Amino acid sequence: MNSQQLDEMEMPTQTSKLNQFRTNFKEGNLSFDPSLRILSRSVLENSDFPTTRNESWKYTRLTKLSQLSLTTTEKINSPISVPLKSPYVISIVNGNIIDLPTIQGVSISRLSDCSEKQLELVCKNVSIENDVFHALNTLYIKDGILIEIQENQQINDAIQLIFETQESSIFCPIRIIIVGKKSSKAHFFQHFSGKGTGLTLPVFEYFIEQNAHLSLDKIQLENDESFHISTDQVYQERDSFFKINTITLSGKLIRNNLNILVNGENCETNLNGTYLLGDGQLVDNHTVVDHLKPNCNSNELYKGVLNGKSIGVFNGKVFVRPDAQKINAFQSNANVLLSEDASMNSKPELEIYADDVKCSHGSTTGQMDEEAIFYLRTRGISDRSARALMTQAFIGDVLNQIENEEIVDYVQSKLVELHDWVI
Amino acid sequence: MIKINNLHASIDGKKILKGLNLTVNAGEVHAIMGPNGAGKSTLSSVLAGREEYEVTEGSVDFNGIDLLELSTEDRAREGLFLAFQYPIEIPGVSNVNFLRTAMNEIREYKGLDPISAKDFMTMVREKSALVELDSKLASRAVNEGFSGGEKKRNEIFQMAMLEPKLAILDETDSGLDIDALRIVANGVNQLKSAQNATIVITHYQRLLDYIIPDFVHVLFDGRIVKTGTKELAVELEEKGYDWIKDEFSTVG
Ligand SMILES: Nc1ncnc2c1ncn2[C@@H]1O[C@H](COP(=O)(O)OP(=O)(O)OP(=O)(O)O)[C@@H](O)[C@H]1O
Ligand SMILES: [Mg+2]
Repeated sequence: MNSQQLDEMEMPTQTSKLNQFRTNFKEGNLSFDPSLRILSRSVLENSDFPTTRNESWKYTRLTKLSQLSLTTTEKINSPISVPLKSPYVISIVNGNIIDLPTIQGVSISRLSDCSEKQLELVCKNVSIENDVFHALNTLYIKDGILIEIQENQQINDAIQLIFETQESSIFCPIRIIIVGKKSSKAHFFQHFSGKGTGLTLPVFEYFIEQNAHLSLDKIQLENDESFHISTDQVYQERDSFFKINTITLSGKLIRNNLNILVNGENCETNLNGTYLLGDGQLVDNHTVVDHLKPNCNSNELYKGVLNGKSIGVFNGKVFVRPDAQKINAFQSNANVLLSEDASMNSKPELEIYADDVKCSHGSTTGQMDEEAIFYLRTRGISDRSARALMTQAFIGDVLNQIENEEIVDYVQSKLVELHDWVI
Repeated sequence: MIKINNLHASIDGKKILKGLNLTVNAGEVHAIMGPNGAGKSTLSSVLAGREEYEVTEGSVDFNGIDLLELSTEDRAREGLFLAFQYPIEIPGVSNVNFLRTAMNEIREYKGLDPISAKDFMTMVREKSALVELDSKLASRAVNEGFSGGEKKRNEIFQMAMLEPKLAILDETDSGLDIDALRIVANGVNQLKSAQNATIVITHYQRLLDYIIPDFVHVLFDGRIVKTGTKELAVELEEKGYDWIKDEFSTVG
């Protein structure tokens, strides 16, 4: 009898993979509504990791993730590297908050220091019932951060949220709540990196109040063994502006859930993303823009380049509810496959229940334009550089959406490092 | 400069070049004329190294190097340039950006340091002026939204930037009005030297009023069947190609 058979025998047969997966985790004790914890526990006890039979995980296999044996840690080792010059740095190492800056016009506190009233924001729009990862996050977060941009405050420097994993085999759930109060303006920079296998499981909840402006650049630079499942849950009130650019540069399995509820008139919503995948990588972007009120614009552009044996998934839903007239909603997903082993699964979905709207969506997946490659090579450019130039051109319109020059330069430098770009 | 000997090439099993011979020396301008489908663009594609074509026989010596052994980019780095009959559009790739990459890769191949940004921009200004290409166009995406004439001028601009030893201009004059033709020809003439050579492929004798060829060749059915001087071009334009066809058509 080998050890694996032994393990199986010792396990009660009804133990799910999910129960096994969470054996080493300890529940947190933040004082948010206790019913959330009860619900999370029951969801986790009564369900398992979603399989590909589940529509929203159809192309993203979690078998490898479910087999990991992870723990949490309070260890913090080396100093972290901070990409931007902005002094506003919030760092989270191995899932632990290490320091919180003081920013004029912004109040920043740990969830463990928040009042019950403040904690009412937790899971306000995040549903636990149908999502084991939201349940995992809610049950096991030790702490989190509440960031409130005060009314009428404009924060010019980027607020950097730096997530770094320094240990292998750890589980890092974290909750970040960001409130852009009335007529405020701020720009966030999220950066994820680290080493070793593990699961990074952040849940972000954004509340963008009336006339507020919030933009966000999310850079995912995870390592070849890391799993990353994140949720950005956005709630927009009238006259507000939200923009997110999700740049996925590396990682083993990355799932981004981006859900935007536009619950006010005259809002603008921009969601852009690009992903450059190499051998053995999977990136899954699931986005939802839900227009509940009239007179709003949303623009969505995701572009991907897939190399080696990689898998890309894009699922973009746009809902226009019955009363939401005069909505302009555009969505586009375009992909280039650089190898025969790469595959892309793209599903744009529009559900429109109002009649006076302008919506369009499109999805394309193609190969590199070999005629263009030949043209560039006849000018003395190597095949490799020609392909890099073409890739750069392809995702250029997404990168152009990043307004902060320092971030653009940073992303470019990473692309040079990872993909041999010529600039 | 270049010595093409008994060149045979086919595509998808169809024989297009059938024993082509051509020698071009430094300092010379050669014109190649011939009916549609004769194989003129095929010759330029084969010389540039387009992989769809299979060379089944023959050799090409380019300044002492076996050209057919080189990759497309190395042919360019050795000094071969092709102005395309149909220049393609490459959205998102800026003209000057890619030219700088090209220039630096060529310099690296020759063991030279990269060109400085300042020298490069000076050169862009000079050379775009030479072909009267709006400097705004020079920095836009390659040929994107360019008119037919602008695309052709952009080809000559690139040639001027890269300073090749041998340039092959495949119908660069087709579709140009007289003004544009004069500009393009002027560009070519100014770049002419005792060290380089040009092959112009054309259907129209009028180009040869501006770019005076040393030799005019007739390419027919995959071979050079007749060689003469400028007068041959006049004769061809007057009489068409039927008399050539009658004389050289291979039956069966
Ligand atoms: N992929 C292909 N498969 C089969 N035949 C081809 C292919 N590409 C080109 N040909 C044929 O090769 C022959 C030579 O074409 P080429 O373009 O070299 O002619 P050309 O002399 O440049 O003509 P033009 O004056 O019209 O530019 C033509 O008969 C053409 O149809
Ligand atoms: Mg031709």
